[in-house]
Amino acid sequence: MVEFLIGLGLPGWVAWSIAALVAAVLLLNVIAGGALVFIWAERKIAARIQDRLGPTRTGGRFGWLQSLADGIKLLAKEDLMPEGADGLLFRLAPYVSFCASFCAFIALPFAFDVVGQRLNVGVFFVVAVLGLEVFGVILAGYASASKWSLFGAMREAAQVVSYEVPLGMCVVVPVMLAGSMDLVTIGEKQAGWMSSWYLFHDPFTFIIFSVYVTCAVASVNRAPFDLAEAESELVAGFHTEYSGLRWSFFFMAEYGSMFLVSGLAAVLFLGGWNGPVPVAQLLGFSDGTGESAAYVVRLMGLANFMGKATLGVLFMMWIRWTLPRLRIDQVMTTCLKYCTPIAAVMFAGAMFWQLFLPGGLFPGWGRPAGEIREGWLEGPGGLPAAASPAEDRSSTLTGGEPVERAGLATRSPR
Amino acid sequence: MTGMFDMDFIDFMDISTLTHVVPPLATTLAALPALPIAGINWHSVLFLLFAGLACGFAIGVVAADNVVRMALYLVFSLGATAGLFFLAGAEFIGAMQLMIYVGGTLVLLVFGVMLTAQAPLVSIKPSSSDRTLTAVAGASLLSLLLTAAFSVGAWRGPGVGVVPAPSATPLGMALVGVRVDEPPAGTPVGGRVGYMLPFEIVSVHLLVVLVGAAYLARAKRRRTPRPIDALASAMPVEPVAAAATAAPTGRSAGGARSALVGGGR
Repeated sequence: MVEFLIGLGLPGWVAWSIAALVAAVLLLNVIAGGALVFIWAERKIAARIQDRLGPTRTGGRFGWLQSLADGIKLLAKEDLMPEGADGLLFRLAPYVSFCASFCAFIALPFAFDVVGQRLNVGVFFVVAVLGLEVFGVILAGYASASKWSLFGAMREAAQVVSYEVPLGMCVVVPVMLAGSMDLVTIGEKQAGWMSSWYLFHDPFTFIIFSVYVTCAVASVNRAPFDLAEAESELVAGFHTEYSGLRWSFFFMAEYGSMFLVSGLAAVLFLGGWNGPVPVAQLLGFSDGTGESAAYVVRLMGLANFMGKATLGVLFMMWIRWTLPRLRIDQVMTTCLKYCTPIAAVMFAGAMFWQLFLPGGLFPGWGRPAGEIREGWLEGPGGLPAAASPAEDRSSTLTGGEPVERAGLATRSPR
Repeated sequence: MTGMFDMDFIDFMDISTLTHVVPPLATTLAALPALPIAGINWHSVLFLLFAGLACGFAIGVVAADNVVRMALYLVFSLGATAGLFFLAGAEFIGAMQLMIYVGGTLVLLVFGVMLTAQAPLVSIKPSSSDRTLTAVAGASLLSLLLTAAFSVGAWRGPGVGVVPAPSATPLGMALVGVRVDEPPAGTPVGGRVGYMLPFEIVSVHLLVVLVGAAYLARAKRRRTPRPIDALASAMPVEPVAAAATAAPTGRSAGGARSALVGGGR
C-alpha cells in the first residue's frame, strides 16, 4: 500500500502516515464494530439460554439496532465522578484498558498478509500487552474511592496475575511446534486440511487447548471467572462508579479482549486463516492464476479467521450464561492446582511427541501438494523474502537451509 | 519500520481509472517536500518523542505525591522505554520490557502498595532537607552516567544507518548453548559457546525462590494446639464425622447460591 501511495507521487512520510492511519482505523473498527455486534449477540444468546426473547423491537424483528440504541443512550448519559475520587486516574483508567486491548491487535494477523505489524515475537507481544489491561482495572478500582471498586480491582489483579502463568505455558506449545514466535509463521505452518491444525497435532495439544480456553476466559475476566464485577456481591465491581461513555470504554476493551484471545486461539491452535478444507487448492488456484486469485484467496482467509474468532467469542458467551460464577478460592484452585500442572505436563508431553513423532497424528497426510494455501500465495514476494538475514545466517547449522524452512521439511516431507 | 501494513492487495485494483482523478491531489501533496517538514528524519522524531515521554514521566514519578500516581507514571515511563526498543527494532526486548516491567512487576507493586499502604505512605511529602539530599545524590549519579555515556566514542556522531533487525531465533539458540550469530573476528573457540550455564543458574535460582516463597506462604500449623483444638482431638469420632458431612453440604450450598445469582449481569 505504501508503494502504491508513493507511486501516486506522494512523499514517503505522507504515504507511511496514511498507511498507518488506515491500519489503525481498520483495527479500531474491528473492536468498535465487533463490540456492537457482539453485545447484540450476547443479549440474544443470553435471552435464548434463559428462555426469553431478548431485544425484539429496536430496528426490526430481531432487534438488530439494539446496540446502537444503547450507544446513543450511553452518549447521552451524565458523566459522573465520585467526590472522593482521584480525578486524573479516574478519567484515565478506561483509556488505559482500551489502549492495552487495542495495542495487542497490532500484531494479530487476520490473514496471511493482513497484519498491522508483523513482529517476529508476535505471540509474546500479544500476551504481554494483554496483561496490561488489568492495569486500567486496578486504576479504576483505586481511583473510584469506593469499596466495591477496590474489592473488584483486587480480585481482578490476583486472578490475572495467577492465570498469566498457565496461559503462557499453553501459548508456548504451538510456538514450540512451529519453531517461531511469529504469528504469521505459526498460522502458515498449519496450512492444508484440518488435520494439520495444531489442535489435532497430538493428544497433548488437544488437551492443552482446553486449558488455554479456560485460562483465556479467566484472563479476559468473563463469567464464570468474572469476580471483578460480581454484580451480586460487588454491585458492578471495578466499574461501579463509571457511567456513560467511560463505562462503555471498559466494555469495548472487554469485547476487544474476547475477540483477541479467540483470534489468538484461532491462530495458535485452529489453523488461523486456513480453512478446514483447502478450498483454494482444490479449486486449482496456483501461482499462475494471477493476482486476482491471490486477492480472492486472501479474502477467503480473512473470512476463515473472522469465522473462527467469532465462534470463539460465541463459545465464551455460551459458557458465561451456562456456568455459575466460581468463588475466589475456587478460581485460585482451578488455576494453581489444575491448569498450571496440567499445562506443564502437557507441555512436556508435546515436547517428547515432537521429538519422537514430529509429523503429528497425521504425518504427511493432508498437507497441500502445491504451493497455494488458503490466504497465502507463495510468490517472489512471499515468505522467502520475509525471512530476515539473521535467520539466513543461522543456516550453517542446518545444512544450508534457513532454520524455519528446515524445521518444516523435517516435520513433513512433501 | 518496514511492513507497517502489508495489505498489498490494494495494488491489485485497477488504478488506471483513478489516475485522472488523482493527479491534482498528488501534485498538491508532491509539493510538500518543498516544506521543511519533508527533510526531517522521522526516526529521530519518534526517538525524541519516546525519549521525551520516558524522561518526562520519570520526572513525574519523582515529583508526584501520591503513591499510585507514581506507579502510573512509572508505567508510562517504562512503556515509553519499550517503545524505544521497538523503534530500534529490538522487538523481543521491547515485548520483554512490557511483560516484565510494565506487566508483572508494576502490577505486583501497585498490588502491594495498595494492600500495605497506610495513610502517611499514600501521600508522600518529603521535607526540604530530604529533597536537597536526594537532589544532590540524583544529580551526581546522573552526571556520572552522562559522562560515561558521552565518553563512548561510538555512541557519538551519526548512527550506523539501517541494520537488519535480528529475530529472536539466535537469542533462543544462544540461550540453549549454540551461538548462531557471528562473533567478532579473533574470538577464541571458547567465546562461541552460548549462555546455557548462566541460563540454567538463573532458572535454578528462580526455582529456589519459588520454593522458598511457597514455604514462607504456606498455612502454618500451631506449635501448641489451642484449647478448643485439643478438646476436639480429645473427643471421640462424632465431631469429626459431623465435620466431614458438613463440609460437602456447605460446598454444595455455596454452589447452589452462586448458581442462583450467576444469571443476571
